[in-house]
Amino acid sequence: MSETRLSVLKTYKLFIGGSFPRSESGRVYEVTDSRGQWLANAPRASRKDARDAVTAARAAFPRWSGTTAYLRGQVLYRVAEMLQGRGEQFRAEVAAAEGLSKSAARAAVDAAIDRWVWYAGWTDKVAQIAGAANPVAGPYLNLSTPAPTGVVAVLAPRDSSLLGLVSVLAPVVATGNTAVVVTAGTAPLPALTLGEVLATSDVPGGVVNLLSGRAAELAPTLAAHQDVNAIDLTGADEELAAELEGVAAENLKRVRRPRRSAEDWTADPGTGRLLAFLETKTVWPPMGV
Amino acid sequence: MKFEYAPAPESPALAGIAPSHGLFIGGEFREAADGKVFTTISPSSEEVLSEVARGGPEDVDAAVAAARAAFPAWSALPGAERAKYLFRVARIVQERSRELAVLESLDNGKPIRESRDVDLPLVAAHFFYYAGWADKLPHAGYGQDPRPLGVAGQVIPWNFPLLMLAWKIAPALACGNTVVLKPAETTPLTALRFADICRQAGLPPGVVNIVTGDGEAGAALVAHPGVDKVAFTGSTEVGRGIARALAGTRKKLTLELGGKAANIVFDDAPLDQAVEGIVSGIFFNQGHVCCAGSRLLVQESVADEVLDALKRRMAGLRVGDPLDKNTDIGAINSAGQLARIRELAEAGEAEGAERWSPACDLPGTGFWFAPTLFTGVSQAHRIAREEIFGPVLSVLTFRTPDEAVAKANNTPYGLSAGIWTEKGSRILWMADRLRAGVVWSNTFNKFDPTSPFGGFGESGYGREGGRHGLEAYLDV
Amino acid sequence: MPTTAPALPLADVTATDAALRRFLHGLPGVDAVGLEARAAALGTRSIKTTAKAFALDLAISMIDLTTLEGADTPGKVRALCAKGVRPDPADRSAPSVAAICVYPDMAAVAVEALRGTGVSVASVATAFPAGRAARSVKLADTAEAVAAGAAEIDMVIDRGAFLAGRYMEVFEEILAVKEACGRAHLKVILENGELATYDAIRRASWLAMLAGADFVKTSTGKVAVNATPANTLLMLQAVRDFHAATGRRIGVKPAGGIRTAKDALKYLVLVNETAGEDWLSPRWFRFGASSLLNDLLMQRQKLSTGRYSGPDYVTVD
Repeated sequence: MSETRLSVLKTYKLFIGGSFPRSESGRVYEVTDSRGQWLANAPRASRKDARDAVTAARAAFPRWSGTTAYLRGQVLYRVAEMLQGRGEQFRAEVAAAEGLSKSAARAAVDAAIDRWVWYAGWTDKVAQIAGAANPVAGPYLNLSTPAPTGVVAVLAPRDSSLLGLVSVLAPVVATGNTAVVVTAGTAPLPALTLGEVLATSDVPGGVVNLLSGRAAELAPTLAAHQDVNAIDLTGADEELAAELEGVAAENLKRVRRPRRSAEDWTADPGTGRLLAFLETKTVWPPMGV
Repeated sequence: MKFEYAPAPESPALAGIAPSHGLFIGGEFREAADGKVFTTISPSSEEVLSEVARGGPEDVDAAVAAARAAFPAWSALPGAERAKYLFRVARIVQERSRELAVLESLDNGKPIRESRDVDLPLVAAHFFYYAGWADKLPHAGYGQDPRPLGVAGQVIPWNFPLLMLAWKIAPALACGNTVVLKPAETTPLTALRFADICRQAGLPPGVVNIVTGDGEAGAALVAHPGVDKVAFTGSTEVGRGIARALAGTRKKLTLELGGKAANIVFDDAPLDQAVEGIVSGIFFNQGHVCCAGSRLLVQESVADEVLDALKRRMAGLRVGDPLDKNTDIGAINSAGQLARIRELAEAGEAEGAERWSPACDLPGTGFWFAPTLFTGVSQAHRIAREEIFGPVLSVLTFRTPDEAVAKANNTPYGLSAGIWTEKGSRILWMADRLRAGVVWSNTFNKFDPTSPFGGFGESGYGREGGRHGLEAYLDV
Repeated sequence: MPTTAPALPLADVTATDAALRRFLHGLPGVDAVGLEARAAALGTRSIKTTAKAFALDLAISMIDLTTLEGADTPGKVRALCAKGVRPDPADRSAPSVAAICVYPDMAAVAVEALRGTGVSVASVATAFPAGRAARSVKLADTAEAVAAGAAEIDMVIDRGAFLAGRYMEVFEEILAVKEACGRAHLKVILENGELATYDAIRRASWLAMLAGADFVKTSTGKVAVNATPANTLLMLQAVRDFHAATGRRIGVKPAGGIRTAKDALKYLVLVNETAGEDWLSPRWFRFGASSLLNDLLMQRQKLSTGRYSGPDYVTVD
C-alpha cells in the first residue's frame, strides 16, 4: 500500500509577522536539489513583501527588545527544542538543498540546534561582557549597557542553508533586535521550514521574518529602507555588498560586511555577531544627598 | 461585611514522599554505611515526613570518591555538552515545580506562595543561567581557558533548601567541577528529589552526590582531603570554624554567612511601597533570610507615620498552614530555631525595647512565632546586633543621612542593606557608603541568577550568582 | 499619605492655587514597580468555595451595569434594566446589580424602568467621555441628568487642565458639578490612562476627594488603559488615607476592562486588604462593567451545579 500511496507535497510560503503568506506578487521559482531535480516551488518575494516584513519587524521590536533577557533565552532554547524534534525533516531538506551525505546533513542540523542553545545562553550574559561600570572622576555612577539596534536586515549565507542561516539569525534576535532575512537564494527550503519551527516556539510574530527569492532584487530595497537600522551582508557577493553598503549609508545603517573568504559555519561562533548589532548606552546619575 | 478566605490548601500528596530515603552517591541511592537514619518532620505539624539516611564519614568518603571518579570525564566534556545537561535540569525543574514547591513547603514550613512563586522559579532560572556559561567560560574574564577546581564540597542551610542547592550546584557543574552536597539536617527532602531530577536528565553518575545527615557529615565533608573546594552557606560561627579548619590547606573557600541588614527609610520615600518592602524585608520566609532587613532605620520625621502603617499592614499578615495558598507567614523551621528566636525576643524586652505583634491565632502544633516588631531599640541592644533569623524587626530612628550610614554600618556583618527614597542621587550616595554586598533601593529581598550575592566582613566572602559566581568554581 | 495631611486643616490646602499645588505635590511618591508588584501579589490570593460564593454575589451587587454607546436606544436601556434587576432569570437568589449606568438622555428611561426595584440610576455627565466642552455645557449636562432622576452622576475631570498643572481649575469644576448634583452622589472619573503616572493618579484622587467627590472612579472605559489592579490599589490607598485624615469615607469604582469573575475577585481582595472590609459594600465599591455580569453568573452557576456553564445559559441583553 505504501508503494502506491501518493505523498502530499508541502506548499512553501514566506514567513512574515508570524503568518505564512504567499508572495503578494504571486510569483514562485523552482527550487532544485544539487543534481537539478525539482524539489518545490518557493515564493519569490517582492519588494512589497520586503516592505511588509520590515513593518512587521518594526512592530515586533518594542515588545521583543523589552522582553527580559531571561525570557528571550527561554524562547531561543525552545527553538532548539522544536528544531531537535523536527530533526529528521531538516536532515532531509538540508541534504537535498546542499547535496550532503546523510551524516554530513545530520552534523549540520545538530550544529544548528546547538547554535540556538549557544545564543540562548547569551541573552542574559551579553550585558555582563559588553557592559561596564566606568570609574569616572567625579561623584557619578557611570554605567554602560548594550541596547539592541532595532530592525536588522540579514542576507543569509548562500553556502549553508540551515546552519549558516541560524548562525547569522540567532545572534541578531538574541540581543533583542528583530530581523528580516533574505534566505539563501537557491536553497531556501530549510529556511522556510525553520519559519514553521519559529512559529511554534514562542517567538512572537514579526521578530523573525523570512523572505525567499533573489537577493539582488530584495536586498537593495532593504538596504535603502529608512526604517531598517542595520544590515548584515554575509550572503552578498563582493560587488553586491559594496553597492548595498553605499545605499545603506543614507541613514547610517550599521553594516556587517561579508568575509572575503568562505566562513566556516562549524567553527566557534565567538561573540562578533552578537556584538555587531548593539548600541552602547551610558547613564550618568549623580551621587549626593 | 467580612470577606473570609476559605482554606485553599495544596495537597501534600502532590509531594509524593517515600517513607525512607537513601544517600545519592555515584548515581545510586543507598543506605548509610552504618545503616543509621534520622527523621525529618513537617515543622507546621511536627509529623514525621520520612526517614532519611544519616551519612557519616564513611559515606562522605564514598561520595567524594564518586565525585573524584566522575571529574575527569565531566571536566573534559565540551562546555556545550555540559551546558545541555544543565539546560535539561533547568527544564525538568520547571516541569516538576509544583511537586517540588509542595515538598519544600512541607519539609521547610515556608508558605507555598513563596516556594511556588519565588524559590522554584529562581531555582530553574539559576540552572538556566549557569547552563549558558558552561560553553562561554573563556568569555567570562578569567582567562582564555579557565579550569575547574575538582571536587566541590558544599554545605547548605535549611532556609532555602533547593534554592541554595541551585546556587551551589549550577555554577560548580557549569565550570566542570563535580560535587558532594550536604543538605541541612531539617530539610533533606528536596535535595534528594533533585537527585532524581539528575537521573532524569541523564547526568553521569558521580557528578552530583547528595549526602544527608547532621553536622558530623558536614564537618567530614569540608575536612575531607579529597575535596578541592568548599562552599558553605550558614551561620557566621560555623563559617568561622570552617575557615579555621581549612587554613593551610589548598582548598578554595567561599562563605555566605549571617547578616543584620539595615533597611533605611527616608522621609521622602514612597511610603506605601516602603511599608511593603519593610514587610517583605523581614517577614519573607519567616525572617529565615541571611539578608533579611532586620533593622529598620527610619527617619525620625516620618517614624510615627511609618510605624502606624507598618502595624496596620502587619495586622493583615496571614500566619498559618504553609500549604494554604493564602498563607503569608508559615512555620518556624525547627524547635531549636524557635527557641533561639524566643530567647532573643525575650532579651529585647528585658533590655527595655517595646514589643508589639498583631493579634493572630497561632496553630496548636508545630513551631510558630507571630510577626513581631520592637520599637525603642538602641544600637546596644542584642536585638539590634545579633542575627535573630526569625520574623522579628528592630526599629531604630535616625535624623540625617550620615547618621543612617553610621548606624547601618555599625555591625561586623555586611551582607545587605535597603534604601527608601524618591531621590535618585541620595540612593547612590548612600549605596556608595554602605558596607554591604547587596544594596537594594526601593525594593528588598530581590534575587536574580545574573546578580552577584554575598557579603562584606563577617557575612562571608565570595559571590554567588552572575558572572562573579563563576570565580568560586574556577582555578583562578 | 496621608497622615502628614491630617495635621493640616484640609480646608486650608484648597484655599489658594499655590496651597493646593503644594499639598498635592507633597503627597508621598509612588514607586511604580513596588505598587504593581503588590497588586500582582494580591492577585495570587486563592478564593475558593464559601469565600468564592460570597465574593461572586458581592461582586454582582457592586456592578454599575453600563451601556455607553452612541447606538443606545430606550429599548436597549430597558433590557439592561431588566437584566440588572434580575440578572439570572433561572435563579432568583442572584442579587440585583447596584445601578444601571447610562448617558444623560437615557436616564429618564432607566428611572422609569427601575422604579421601585432598589436598583439605582447612574448617569455619566460633563460631556463624557472627553469632557471637552464649556463648563456651562457640563453643568447643564449634569443638571439634566439629575432632573431626569439620576441618583448618581459620573463626571469626568478636565485632564488637560490637570496635566497642565491648573489644579484649582479642576478643583473648582468638581465643586461646581457637585453643587449641580444636589442630592445625587458624585463619582469623579480621573481617566487614569490619560494621567499616565501613578503620582498623577494619587494627586488627582486627593484633588477629587478634597472637592467633595463621593466616589473616585478610574476611567471612562473609552481609552486604551482603564482600570488596572495597580491603579485601583493606589486609589484604595488614597481613600484609606483620606478617611484616616478626615473621617470621611469615599468610594472607589474601577471601570473598563474588568470582564471576568476571576478579575473581579482579585479587585475584591485588593479592597479587603487595602481599604479594608468597611469598603466591601456597594455603597463604597463599584464595578463599572457590562460583560462582567454574565461571567459572574456563569461562575455562580458552576458553584451551585458543579458543572461549567456556557454563554447559552445566561441572558444576552
